[in-house]
Amino acid sequence: MQATFTVNGTERQIDVPEDMPLLWVLRDELKLTGTKYGCGIAQCGACTVHLDGLAVRACQVAARELDGAEITTIEGLGTPAAPHPVQAAWIEHEVAQCGYCQSGQIMQAASFLDLNPAPTDEEIDAAMSGNLCRCGTYSRIRAAVHTAATKMGS
Amino acid sequence: MERLRRYSRRAFLVSSAAVAGGVAFGVYAVNSPPDNPLLADRGEGEAVFNPWVRIDGSGITLITPHIDLGQGAIHAQAVLIAEEMDLEIGQFATSFGQPSKAYWNTAMGAEGVPFMATDQSFAAESARAVLGGLTKLIGLQGTGGSTTMPDSFDKLRKAGATARETLKLAAAERTGIPREELKTQAGAVLLPDGSRIAYTDLAADAAMLDPVQDVPLRDPSAWRLIGKPMKRIDIVAKSTGTLAYGIDLEKPGMVHATVRTNPRQGGGLQGFDDSEARAVPGVRDVLEITGGIAVLADNTWAAFKGAGAVKYDWGPAPYPAEQANHWQALEASFTDDLLDSTWRDDGDVEAAMEGAEVVTAEYRSPYVAHAPLEPLNAIVLVEDDLVEIWAGHQLPRQLQILVGAITGHDPEQVIFHNQFTGGSFGHRLEFEFIKQTAEIANQVRGTPVKMTYTREEDFAHDFPRHIAIGRGRGFVADGKVQAMDLSVAAPSVLASQMQRAGIPVPGPDIQIAAGAWNNPYHLPNYRMRSYRAAELAPVSSWRSVGSVGAGFAFDSFLDELIHAAGADPMEERIRLMEHDVSRKVLEAVAEMSDWGSPLPPGKGRGVAFVESFAAPVAEVVEVSATERGIRIDKVWVACDVGTIVDPVNFENLVQGGVVFGLGHAINAQITYADGMAEQTNYHAHEGMRLYQCPEIFVRGLENGEQVRGIGEPPVPPAAPALANAIFAATGQRIREMPFDKHIDFI
Repeated sequence: MQATFTVNGTERQIDVPEDMPLLWVLRDELKLTGTKYGCGIAQCGACTVHLDGLAVRACQVAARELDGAEITTIEGLGTPAAPHPVQAAWIEHEVAQCGYCQSGQIMQAASFLDLNPAPTDEEIDAAMSGNLCRCGTYSRIRAAVHTAATKMGS
Repeated sequence: MERLRRYSRRAFLVSSAAVAGGVAFGVYAVNSPPDNPLLADRGEGEAVFNPWVRIDGSGITLITPHIDLGQGAIHAQAVLIAEEMDLEIGQFATSFGQPSKAYWNTAMGAEGVPFMATDQSFAAESARAVLGGLTKLIGLQGTGGSTTMPDSFDKLRKAGATARETLKLAAAERTGIPREELKTQAGAVLLPDGSRIAYTDLAADAAMLDPVQDVPLRDPSAWRLIGKPMKRIDIVAKSTGTLAYGIDLEKPGMVHATVRTNPRQGGGLQGFDDSEARAVPGVRDVLEITGGIAVLADNTWAAFKGAGAVKYDWGPAPYPAEQANHWQALEASFTDDLLDSTWRDDGDVEAAMEGAEVVTAEYRSPYVAHAPLEPLNAIVLVEDDLVEIWAGHQLPRQLQILVGAITGHDPEQVIFHNQFTGGSFGHRLEFEFIKQTAEIANQVRGTPVKMTYTREEDFAHDFPRHIAIGRGRGFVADGKVQAMDLSVAAPSVLASQMQRAGIPVPGPDIQIAAGAWNNPYHLPNYRMRSYRAAELAPVSSWRSVGSVGAGFAFDSFLDELIHAAGADPMEERIRLMEHDVSRKVLEAVAEMSDWGSPLPPGKGRGVAFVESFAAPVAEVVEVSATERGIRIDKVWVACDVGTIVDPVNFENLVQGGVVFGLGHAINAQITYADGMAEQTNYHAHEGMRLYQCPEIFVRGLENGEQVRGIGEPPVPPAAPALANAIFAATGQRIREMPFDKHIDFI
């Protein structure tokens, strides 16, 4: 099937099987590998991207749902030269160890902070617990989300 | 052959004069006096210098042969070189280099000797030297056992110092100013008049010189980088999605693939029907490989779908099919025949306990998966005269041998491009995923094959941590622990793992006893014995290896004895501790946690101490018993690694180790049914999630004389400290992981 949608502000056309998950559309078809494969069943959050502004698991969005969608991936959120405030907070707190989950963590946090600019610890816990970090960087993720909230609020 | 020449080892192992316009420095001669007999086996392909530093006119590359598994190894290795070389972060690139004997791990042997890390006696040091020599003889290059810092700390600083002084010599010869009057700063030689000559500008001159040797290392008071907070060199890339892991690579003309092999690990494939798989759009081919099949496709998704559409007839498991049989095998292993070794026999436990009222308890730790978040993957290209591999792996030279055996190439023809990895926790000590990719690539020579495991395949072939049972008998009197007799039974993880690596491991398996025998307490009567069960499911080193199961048994049982004696868990541990550095670790964590201060009802604190990989670590866990279950509120950790290279990364690794230890203790296990792991994805094997993560306070001490790694040592004390805290809060003693079999957590 064919679909036309926007990725990081650029219109893209694809011709793929209709059940191909957005995750693999991004990684294998569009060569945007910042979005990671971890589990394929929405248990780890490594593939989190924004669909029409909301955090979704790219492994659970099929190609047939993409026509007309606006997708933002980690590559479109910010860059090393101009990081998004959430990325700047992640850098400041040196959150990453292996770093493999962090694209998804950052996309989840960015979407969450858009909806809730000044979250409590409990709200952060609720919003971020679907994103698994096998290295165990949770202490720093919590701190970085608070810092990002401050950066985005100022 | 042109291509092979381009990639030949000489391109990576250059002597000082070998590179056009460039220079490489090493410390082989510094570390290895000429009369060292192990030098005699140097072959034609081995250069005089082992390069960690390469400079040419365009830039500086630091070779960091230890792989990054998330622990910041590249950063830390580069910092050690940069410290002595007067480079700033950002002035150099890094490379894993090519596998080489020259990168033999000087620290990997030390953990295997039957002497406590605190034992500095002649016998202990001699044993370490012998095992270290064997490690060198086989050129064992490896990342693991928390050895990156112990291996690198002196070696890489010497490499940096040699490079610095040789560049100064080149500047001296160019300017006529004596080397002693030259200084270095930020990648350049400084002349007395304040002018600078960049290292890159001196590279061609330096290439013609014999490197300056025997350069003294700087006093720690002069360090600019080591011990100071700094940004990890990979932190920006890892925060912006711009770091390429192995799974992100693409090679021209490559085909995607996935494999499905018998989930009864090691069982064969008796037959299969791939007709439906071949009809999946994008599937190109289905090939047979050892123990299963491979699906080749246009993209990863099509490969996954294809593998799911094959009908398989799997053979039986070559180990007991049901989990209960695995436990029965361990229960039956506490016999004289299966005694692997008696590691401690202080005093006389039998005499001490004769006729006394004896405390007994049994502890269990289950199979647990490594399950790093990046599913295992590799790209392999096989051509007639060479093999190229792009993947993350911890034992690169063994990998070259094993892949070459599949494709019919000499190890030197196997070019290995190590990669950043999305975690490992020991998983990337295993070879199957790359061997499987090589089998595929060997059938489609000339085409690069990118093989990606599904998460389910990764779980099915995780080679989990081994199971263990610890049985304790003890005796207390006069408010003190008087005797402890601890036995641990487990299958040999080293035998299982090293058999697949092709490395023989004679003698008893130290990992059955690790975490139990080596804690530097002085109990009046202490015996620690290990029993070696038959090999069961194939198992592999899991972050901190045996020290989790045996350490859980040791410290939990010590805690039970202390409570039986009516003593304070912290005070009695401190009283029994005979190693100064370790005692200070306990005293630090007592002070940090305000041990002994009153807690409201329903709250409890537990302490545990386990030494692993020669690093003493003490943890205090504080929990609340709520109506819905146990909540872990706070954790305090004190540990001693001699010297902390990067305090920010150090804190992160310790916190991560605590999360890893607690999370798996709470809820994770692999169990076998019908010969297959029952847990197929993270929903059934979670580890800790963010909402469960306590506040974790870390203090790093630097009283130890030698540098130790911190990747693994924070893990083992976490489980017993939590169990001890739950006992303090509720009176319920939990002796089996995962704890959620016995108590709820929120």
